Amino acid sequence: MPDDLLAVGLPGILAVTDTAKRSTARRQPTRRNAELLMLIFAWGIGVLGTLQVGWAIGRDPDAGLWITSGVVGALALIMHGVVRLRAPYADPILLPAATLLTILGLVMIYRLDVAAARRAELNDNPLPTPDVYSQLTWFTVAVILFASVLILLRDHRVLQRYTYTLGLVGLILLVLPLAPVIGTTVNGATLWIRIGGFSFQPAEIAKILLTIFFAGYLVEKRDSLALVRTKVLGLGLPRLKDLGPLVVAWLVSLAVLIFQRDLGTSLLFFGLFVAMLYIATQRRSWLVIGGALFMGGAVLAYYMFGHVRLRVMVWLDPWTYATDEGYQIVQSLFGLANGGILGAGIGQGFPNLVPFASTDFIVAALGEEIGVTGLIALLLVYAILVERGLRAAIAVRDSFGQLLAAGLSITLGLQVFVIVGGVTRLIPLTGLTTPFLSYGGSSLIANWILIALLLRISDRARRPDSEVLSPDDALTQVVRRT
Amino acid sequence: MSRPIRRISIVLGLLLIALIANVTVIQVVLAGDYRDRPGNQRVLLEEYDRERGPILVGSNPVARSVETGDTLTYLREYDNGPMYAPVTGFYSLIYGATGLERTENRVLTGSSPLFVVDRAEQLFAGRDPQGGAVTTTLNARAQRAAFNGLKGKKGGVVAIEPATGRILASVQSPSFDPNILSSHDPNSIRQYYATLESDPAKPLLNRPIVSLNPPGSTFKIVTAAAALASGRFTPDTVLPGPRAYNLPNSTNKIRNWNGQACGPNNLVTLRQAIAISCNTAFAWLGNELGAEALRAQAQLMGFDNSFQIPLRAATSRFPEDPDAPQTAMSAIGQFDVRATALQMAMVAAAVGNNGTLMEPYLVQEVRGPDLSILQTTQPKVFAESMTPLDAVQMTEMMVNVVDNGTGSNARIEGVRVAGKTGTAQTGNDNPAVAWFIAFAPAQSPEVAVAVMVEDAGAPEVSGNQLAAPIARSVLEAVLR
Repeated sequence: MPDDLLAVGLPGILAVTDTAKRSTARRQPTRRNAELLMLIFAWGIGVLGTLQVGWAIGRDPDAGLWITSGVVGALALIMHGVVRLRAPYADPILLPAATLLTILGLVMIYRLDVAAARRAELNDNPLPTPDVYSQLTWFTVAVILFASVLILLRDHRVLQRYTYTLGLVGLILLVLPLAPVIGTTVNGATLWIRIGGFSFQPAEIAKILLTIFFAGYLVEKRDSLALVRTKVLGLGLPRLKDLGPLVVAWLVSLAVLIFQRDLGTSLLFFGLFVAMLYIATQRRSWLVIGGALFMGGAVLAYYMFGHVRLRVMVWLDPWTYATDEGYQIVQSLFGLANGGILGAGIGQGFPNLVPFASTDFIVAALGEEIGVTGLIALLLVYAILVERGLRAAIAVRDSFGQLLAAGLSITLGLQVFVIVGGVTRLIPLTGLTTPFLSYGGSSLIANWILIALLLRISDRARRPDSEVLSPDDALTQVVRRT
Repeated sequence: MSRPIRRISIVLGLLLIALIANVTVIQVVLAGDYRDRPGNQRVLLEEYDRERGPILVGSNPVARSVETGDTLTYLREYDNGPMYAPVTGFYSLIYGATGLERTENRVLTGSSPLFVVDRAEQLFAGRDPQGGAVTTTLNARAQRAAFNGLKGKKGGVVAIEPATGRILASVQSPSFDPNILSSHDPNSIRQYYATLESDPAKPLLNRPIVSLNPPGSTFKIVTAAAALASGRFTPDTVLPGPRAYNLPNSTNKIRNWNGQACGPNNLVTLRQAIAISCNTAFAWLGNELGAEALRAQAQLMGFDNSFQIPLRAATSRFPEDPDAPQTAMSAIGQFDVRATALQMAMVAAAVGNNGTLMEPYLVQEVRGPDLSILQTTQPKVFAESMTPLDAVQMTEMMVNVVDNGTGSNARIEGVRVAGKTGTAQTGNDNPAVAWFIAFAPAQSPEVAVAVMVEDAGAPEVSGNQLAAPIARSVLEAVLR
């Protein structure tokens, strides 16, 4: 597959091809060197971005910058090494793409730190703690967990055995912020737990555990879920008693919305479940029923809850609310407008005018400074990640692996759509983190585990049949073909 | 299961396209609208983040940006703020910009197309964009003389270089301090602005170019120019100049200021009528010439035209369709004739420049951040207001006003000064407006000036008493 690197354009994203599947029979190049090259490229972009922040504020690159860059580079190399050793046939694009996004996030967080420090200096306030070092620490933790997943989990099918355990843990994590003492409400949404000095957003980990659960559960039940009893308007409807799981998923999503006031997570879970149900059963009726339930839930939420109604009103006419509830989105739009086609340049815009610029609104901050050109490129990197994940889903042979890879990719894609759509006023704003970019440990860790799982599955999918499972042998058996 | 996965991937692809289309609309199509929305601090912050170019008088900045330690990096400072306020305007966080600060904003911020090369250089060098400088046509000495002259009075002064149209002075009184309005403290800005707004003397009004008043007897220069242009009159033509002129179709009369006839046997030459500002002779003359001829002459001298210097001046007016008594009143600068000080300075300048009226302008040069000249304003002819011969005759008559007539206070030792007084009633109860227009040296003038003092509240001679001394000091300041 010499065109592997090039097949990243839009057509490739829209229609996943199954060339990967066909070619597994032949001797498969690992393309690890291409991965390394792309990682270096991603790292270089990060260094340039950091330098540009320095230039914009008139600070020469100091030792701190090179140390930080060195640490990031080392972390990327560690991940690359682990992949080389433990998942040698894994897709070579997943790791560099996710690394690039993480690095861009770090650059932006650093840039926002600089703005915050400058403001504090001018107002004679004490300097705030920079976020970039804690984000870097979280990245280190994420890399450790990423490596652990790849080292400890030799075969993704092992996870299938723990379907229900993981599902239960996922569900508990999801509702954990409601628990007394450790549950914390931040900005109206109850999605944090605080233990000791650390706060954590368990929904991010729950996202992965529940995807595993959905995959295991649906593989088991898909035959009965695919049964058709009656046909209405040419659409085969499932049996009434098989509606149970979907209704449960719907109720849990509504519960998250009502009790945790977390619109984004609620939307994400329900969307994910419906999509996986459809993939498992190949019945479009599930999409129709799911869509209907979603609409019902949305209408219900709109009329029952003031905070949902407010979100919609602000979405429809943010200008009326420009100084209060709509302030954030209006500032976000102003920022994007200021960025224009080529952007203000990193360090030269005013992204700090948007509240929560480093978490929910980091895409607005990037859009202001790298322009629509950079933003589209960024979205395409996400698209490549999702497309590569779906490609692995098609290529892997076991149903559980297929569903899991598809589910993980869809979560990623949906999450990006929901948050970026919200920040850019395509859809009402919901609080979700932007995978890899946003400041925050839970999100970063969860998404890196997600990438580890996708790498594991894609390694499985692309591994030649003749290859023994021991990854230690793999290193010595790599044969390069041109 | 690969078919549903492919379908899902297509759906995700469509979502991606929706996102891309949406950000493109925001950042490309709607970006301009968003930038102009009220409450968008970015545009302002960006402006305050750049070093805004100075406004120069000669080579001295009267408005310049100085670095501060505050969130808004640069503070606008004005030297002699109140003196130059009608030209510079202010640059406020809250009330926006006025004056040259507003009209030349793109130059001062460096976003004018003139700076394409500089911007490209700055972009590649990674330097902050810098604004360009605006050099005004003002003459610091003339400006100061006019400012000092108007102190304690209400009014405006405009001085013009007749040969080019360069505005040498533009002064208002009362004025305001742009330093306070351009500060970074919202409270003091609001407070000061409210004080200025509530002041009945209207210090924010750009009096020299915006305040419209009946020009009174200074308009007789326009009427006399129309008379010369008709070919039926010379300076020596004898006109009827009785104590009172009976307005046609009316019981009302126009009287002379001293209640006397203008000459023996109620007769007076045009020259003498101007010298003593004979109302009855000019009222008669107005009806002899007709409203059309008066309007045509007025328009040749700039009436009914809106000038942008580049500040927008109010349009001076000759009445639309006056009847005979109204025409007689208009001929002596009453009824609905309205003029700015700028307009009357242009009348004087037109006479002084052999009848050729130049377009007035305030911006001499635009300079880049490196002070290289990027643009120089070229003088432009507005109209041939008078034939050169008529202009010479008119000049002689105006010199006579100063030497032997009502304009005695404008005399300058060793310099021939041409001038004309005026006093206008702005209504029955309103106090009078005192005027003086002049140019010097009469044979080839370097400067023409119009002084307008509102609320003069004095008898007929106030033009000479109140306005002429100010005009003289401005003339002297330029000629010195």
